[in-house]
Amino acid sequence: MREFDYRRAVDVSGALALLDADPEARFLGGGTNLVDLMKTGVERPARLVDVRELPLNGIESTDNGGLRIGATVTNSDLAAHPEVRRRYPALTQAVLAGASGQLRNMATVGGNLLQRTRCGYFADVTKPCNKRVPGSGCPAVEGEHHNHAILGASEHCVAVHPSDMGVALTAFDAVVSYETAHGPGELPLAEFYRPVGDTPHLETALPPGALITGVTLPPAPVAADSRYRKVRERASYAFAIGSIAAALGIEDGVVREVRLAFGAVASRPWRARTAERALTGAPANAETFAAAADAELAAAKPLPHNGYKVTLMRNLVVAVLTELAEEAAR
Amino acid sequence: MTTAPTRKHFVGTAHTRVEGRDKVTGAARYASEIPFDRLAHGWLVLSTIARGRITSVEDTPVLAMPGVVAVLHHGNAPRVDTDYTGLLGTAPDPTAALFQHDRVPHAGWPVALVVADTSEQAREAAEALVVHYEQEPHDVDFTAEHPDAYPLDSHLPAVAEKGDLEAELAASAAVVDAEYTTPEEHHNPMEPHAAAARWDGGRLDVVDSNQGTLWVASELANLFSLDPASVRVRSEHVGGGFGSKGLRAHQVAAVMAATVLQRPVRVVMTRRQMFSLAGYRSPTRQHLRLGADADGRLRALEHRCLSLTSTVHEFVEPGADPARTMYDADAHHTANHVVRLDVPTPTWMRAPGEAPGSFALESALDELAEKLGIDPIELRVRNEPALGPVSGLPFSGRNLLACFREGARRFGWADRDPRPGLRRDGRWLLGTGTAAASFPAGAAPSTAAVTAEADGTFTVRINAADIGTGARTALTLVAADALEAAPERVRVRIGDSDFGPAFIAGGSMGTRSWSWAVTVAAEELRERLALGAAVPPEGITVRSDTTEAVGALARKERHSFGAQFAEVAVDVDTGEVRVRRMLGIFAAGRIVNPLTARGQFVGGMTWGISMALHEEAVRDAGTGGHYGADLAGYHVAAHADVPLVEADWIDDPDPDDPVGIKGIGEIGIVGAAAAIANAVRHATGVRHRHLPIRPDRVLMAGRHA
Repeated sequence: MREFDYRRAVDVSGALALLDADPEARFLGGGTNLVDLMKTGVERPARLVDVRELPLNGIESTDNGGLRIGATVTNSDLAAHPEVRRRYPALTQAVLAGASGQLRNMATVGGNLLQRTRCGYFADVTKPCNKRVPGSGCPAVEGEHHNHAILGASEHCVAVHPSDMGVALTAFDAVVSYETAHGPGELPLAEFYRPVGDTPHLETALPPGALITGVTLPPAPVAADSRYRKVRERASYAFAIGSIAAALGIEDGVVREVRLAFGAVASRPWRARTAERALTGAPANAETFAAAADAELAAAKPLPHNGYKVTLMRNLVVAVLTELAEEAAR
Repeated sequence: MTTAPTRKHFVGTAHTRVEGRDKVTGAARYASEIPFDRLAHGWLVLSTIARGRITSVEDTPVLAMPGVVAVLHHGNAPRVDTDYTGLLGTAPDPTAALFQHDRVPHAGWPVALVVADTSEQAREAAEALVVHYEQEPHDVDFTAEHPDAYPLDSHLPAVAEKGDLEAELAASAAVVDAEYTTPEEHHNPMEPHAAAARWDGGRLDVVDSNQGTLWVASELANLFSLDPASVRVRSEHVGGGFGSKGLRAHQVAAVMAATVLQRPVRVVMTRRQMFSLAGYRSPTRQHLRLGADADGRLRALEHRCLSLTSTVHEFVEPGADPARTMYDADAHHTANHVVRLDVPTPTWMRAPGEAPGSFALESALDELAEKLGIDPIELRVRNEPALGPVSGLPFSGRNLLACFREGARRFGWADRDPRPGLRRDGRWLLGTGTAAASFPAGAAPSTAAVTAEADGTFTVRINAADIGTGARTALTLVAADALEAAPERVRVRIGDSDFGPAFIAGGSMGTRSWSWAVTVAAEELRERLALGAAVPPEGITVRSDTTEAVGALARKERHSFGAQFAEVAVDVDTGEVRVRRMLGIFAAGRIVNPLTARGQFVGGMTWGISMALHEEAVRDAGTGGHYGADLAGYHVAAHADVPLVEADWIDDPDPDDPVGIKGIGEIGIVGAAAAIANAVRHATGVRHRHLPIRPDRVLMAGRHA
């Protein structure tokens, strides 16, 4: 692996300056993904700017009843925070469904959002990959893709985003805050990840050199009754093959409000707005849940070996919404 | 042999590992941790093509990189001699005969070694090394039809046939005719392969992580045309082997570089390199045909197993072999075939033959039991053979049914409703399954030296290998019993080729073979001491050699047996399968150390969970290399996948056996995957014949199947 320079930033402006000083620098959070990628040669930064010491590790209530989560809050601290557990339980469940205790103790909120796909072609520098080497091709389309995307992909890339946390944040309309040398900015998480198209190597809408400083969750009373379910190929310590974050508000047997996001089906956490529209105002029963899932998944374009994900996501929508509806009825 | 009635026996009592404290405190050093002055670090460069030839290696720019001292490749490496038959009766795997020509027979073939002052420099330079190839079309597709497949012998003949198969099948009341597949699987010991080599006073001194130091030493002596006495290989602690740690590219690379540079050189494989260089278990396609009378008696048994090997070396995964031990039939046909593809050569991996073979055979038995409406255990009772079905030899002991009886009692088998798909716990369907297990109990000649020291302690020297099994501790207990001394007074030294010939840690034969040699020497020493011999300062040493005794063993079917039980939960809406509990009851001879023995059995059963549900190396057709060749991509069971796994054993005495110990390293995995697959069938009503039983397969079962 390439020799690199390591710098530790103590404040945000210092971090931005340290990054700006070297065109091949990267921010280092917990390093749970970046360092692995450096070992395998996928990432070859000349400099790491460690941002873990930045004063961005707080979780605070906002005036309107939401939460503001600092970028360097560890996954463990996020999952354990009483207000997260009370107001957005699916977020706690999602974080705890990911990685291992050791990794969650290191991984940060900002880093989690910026982690790279675990596609085995992307991770192997001896193989082509449009995300890693634009124009080199996507062998997954005709090769191994049983855990690749069914929604929002293109012929240029069918990789999925691996985050669990991001799925829950997407369901709850999180907004990402960042800082650049030219001032701060905000991006709703729904617009944070760019469409794949023919530029799978351009993953986020962050301006060059931007540092994520935090994530804001707007108030969402419905999120207090929310659930994250993750399906994976072993019981722990594996990325999802399909996951769902859901919140359900029911009044008189009718869906008043619903939040639905899918994981491991697309290049980004997938907000299931079509399904949400179909559900809102509809009777809360298994038939409407299934119909809503079908409406969302009508856009799915499965590959030869990942068609099961359409069935899986449909089953997950029905199972998790039914569970939430039954709990609400108690 | 006279034994005082009050004498304490240590064999059969639980002892923590004698080196346990060293291991948990870090005092125990593994091969890649042992320091040498002026140590240089070699990094292997592997081919990125699956077939073709090397046209050039651009070593000049790499030689100018910081710290780089050499680049070895086919254009400049020392020549080695591969025209020999090794200690285990096979020619060397050409993947270990490094840099001898420009041909590339598979992806991940070693094409160069970059040596530098630090490991980081070597790695950076190795990754920068540009190798040009002339690429040829490759074939890595095992699932295709292979008319060129051919029978290949292992230690048993490839083909064994008796009776008229078609006639017996036609006369059967019930027939099972099914294909089962298992994927490519990798050993993945926690400790990667690592070796350091140096020349020391005219001797080649290699510190390695292997399953037999004399095995590796003799291969190196052969390859480099050295006097065997001038090669010493040591391997004190080994972090797992499972069949993968014999002669491999890293030792040869280290010796080549140490010879060229005349300084110590260490070569360590990365996890990803291990997928190409360390051997693996071939995928299998197994065709089973069973035919039985209405009462369950087998009339026909056919088991055909196809595995793959490389284009440069032969290895066969003999999946059809277990049927030759387990069940008889009027017509009994077994055959092991291989097909040659542009892939690395497979090798022994925990229970070679038995692990994949038992999955197919024991699944097929379960299918037959269901067709006949006979309890699966009862079906096995009705087919218990009196003699070896193929050999015609008597069994030295066959306590399979006793294992089933004890297992059924403890597992609660009698209460089982055989109908599938009836039990539910929330979103989970529940089911139970069982399967039989067997593994050969062989012994091989070994030598040992036991010394009575002047201070009243004893030193045992035997070239055994403790690859994490607890062998060192077991031998301590065996020696203590034979010497009638407390284990604390016995020091067992292993893992040094200078200790002379002893069998490798393999084939579940290590502890049996070594204990035999240790016992013979220790008993003779005790008798000499009992005569009142004074111990001189240099001690009294007695040596043993079991060659003659092992050769005098009567020809019999010698095996361990076991009964595996599993309960699973299946969510058919998500395809998730979780094992809830497992029980394995084994008849495996005299158990030396219950503590580590349980670890071996439970470890094997846990591997069976992995085999059933998780393990699968994926070969990318386009590049011919692996997809996801690391422990994130290659799943083994995590803690959460391993619930209550219980292993126990029954008395399995063999008065005619001079040592009484059988191997326990491999039988734990045998039958485990079948028990789980049979339980999944019981839970869901769907038979899964293709491993691993992944969520997508469970989810889509019944839709495409």
